[in-house]
Amino acid sequence: MSCVMGFVRRVAILTVAGLVAFPAAAGEARVAVAANFTATAETLAAGFEAESGNTVSLSFGATGALYAQIAEGAPFDVFLAADTARPERAVAEGLAVKDSLFTYALGRLALYSTSLELADATAVLRDGDFTHIAIADPVTAPYGAAAMDALAGLGLKQALAGKLVTGTNVTQTLQFIKTGNAELGFVALSQVADAPAGDKWRVPENLYRPIRQGAVLTRQGAENPAALGFVDFLKSASARAIIAAAGYGTEG
Amino acid sequence: MEFVAAYWPAISLTLLLSLVTTLVLIVVATPLAWWLARSRSPMAALVAALVTVPLVLPPTVIGFYFLIALGPNGPGGLLAGLWGGRTLAFSFPGLVMGSVVYSLPFMVGPARIGFAGVGRETMETAAGLGARPFIAFFTIAVPLARKGLMAGTILAFAHTVGEFGVVLMIGGNIAGKTKVLSIAIFDAVERLQWQDAHLLALGMVVFAFAVVAATSLIDRRAGEAVR
Repeated sequence: MSCVMGFVRRVAILTVAGLVAFPAAAGEARVAVAANFTATAETLAAGFEAESGNTVSLSFGATGALYAQIAEGAPFDVFLAADTARPERAVAEGLAVKDSLFTYALGRLALYSTSLELADATAVLRDGDFTHIAIADPVTAPYGAAAMDALAGLGLKQALAGKLVTGTNVTQTLQFIKTGNAELGFVALSQVADAPAGDKWRVPENLYRPIRQGAVLTRQGAENPAALGFVDFLKSASARAIIAAAGYGTEG
Repeated sequence: MEFVAAYWPAISLTLLLSLVTTLVLIVVATPLAWWLARSRSPMAALVAALVTVPLVLPPTVIGFYFLIALGPNGPGGLLAGLWGGRTLAFSFPGLVMGSVVYSLPFMVGPARIGFAGVGRETMETAAGLGARPFIAFFTIAVPLARKGLMAGTILAFAHTVGEFGVVLMIGGNIAGKTKVLSIAIFDAVERLQWQDAHLLALGMVVFAFAVVAATSLIDRRAGEAVR
């Protein structure tokens, strides 16, 4: 009996000590994440949770849709966009904290195919021996705009115009290629990180304008210690290593 | 005027897709509805359920299956191979196939109810008087079921005009080829061209209202004619 009571007392003491030692341990950061960053964000969130004891809840979507949700008062603390235009606009509209904006990842464009050998990708593009090439919407999706840059840079924009099929975002573009409906297409390098080397071609960075993916703290996030901690973590060396391993560049 | 010119490819494509889909559905769904209305076999109950399933499935499910079925590893790819293609996705025939499945319950449902109202005795009397089944179907059953058939035809057409999810998933958004009106509206909203989006959306609302009003008018007229 006394043994049981001793155990209970010890647990009680440890619990109280724990609460005193880690007063911020119960925080939660709510993060809106651009679709292309899904898998990487999950790895980062797990790393941050293990390190800080805070929890991270992730919501994925197209950058434009997430922006619209934040503008309508969605409960997000941090916005990880696929471009810098939407975070900048969030700042301009007073939805986000001005000084918190930074580039957390540089998107890398890749040409990807499940049926064509891409060892000499420019020759494949130039020969045009395919019926469909998939890209993301060049007006609304940053990777789509980069794909059009690359095609223009290779002098193939006109030649391939009739073969373009457009996904609303880079995820749908990958669907078109994975199902074989389009023989090849431009996606994010991070999406095809696990694909065999012959199936993908990393597009040289001088062929397209940089895809700066901007992060910003929302107004409500500025008062959430867990959110501030997550943003700091994103800038840490260990987070940058995870981001680089996933196929993104990092700045600075 | 400039506005109409800019969106005319999407408008005409939408009308053409809806027209072709409706014609295919008239040919396919009419005999199917007749059989479903007459048959008492458990098989008919299963087929009726299968035909109605697209009504409750999210368009993403139909779109996903079609994306695979139309592709090079599916029957669509085999079919496309006959004329040297490799997929039916991103093509007008592919959109028609998706639309036929998607709008099938809207044609079969009302048509079946129309045919169910044609009495078994009526058809037996016709047969007794020497009318061959095929002739009796067109001269007796179809006119008697015209209310259901017309409602089904209008709904199938209108539902195809309003189709979005399936086309989005298998269309590839090619101007003049697979970019229908609903996709054009989606694009305009995404691009923050909200004035265009407003005009197109208003057009859709007016169209939808006209269709629903027309269907209920037909309903009343047909009711009076029977009386």
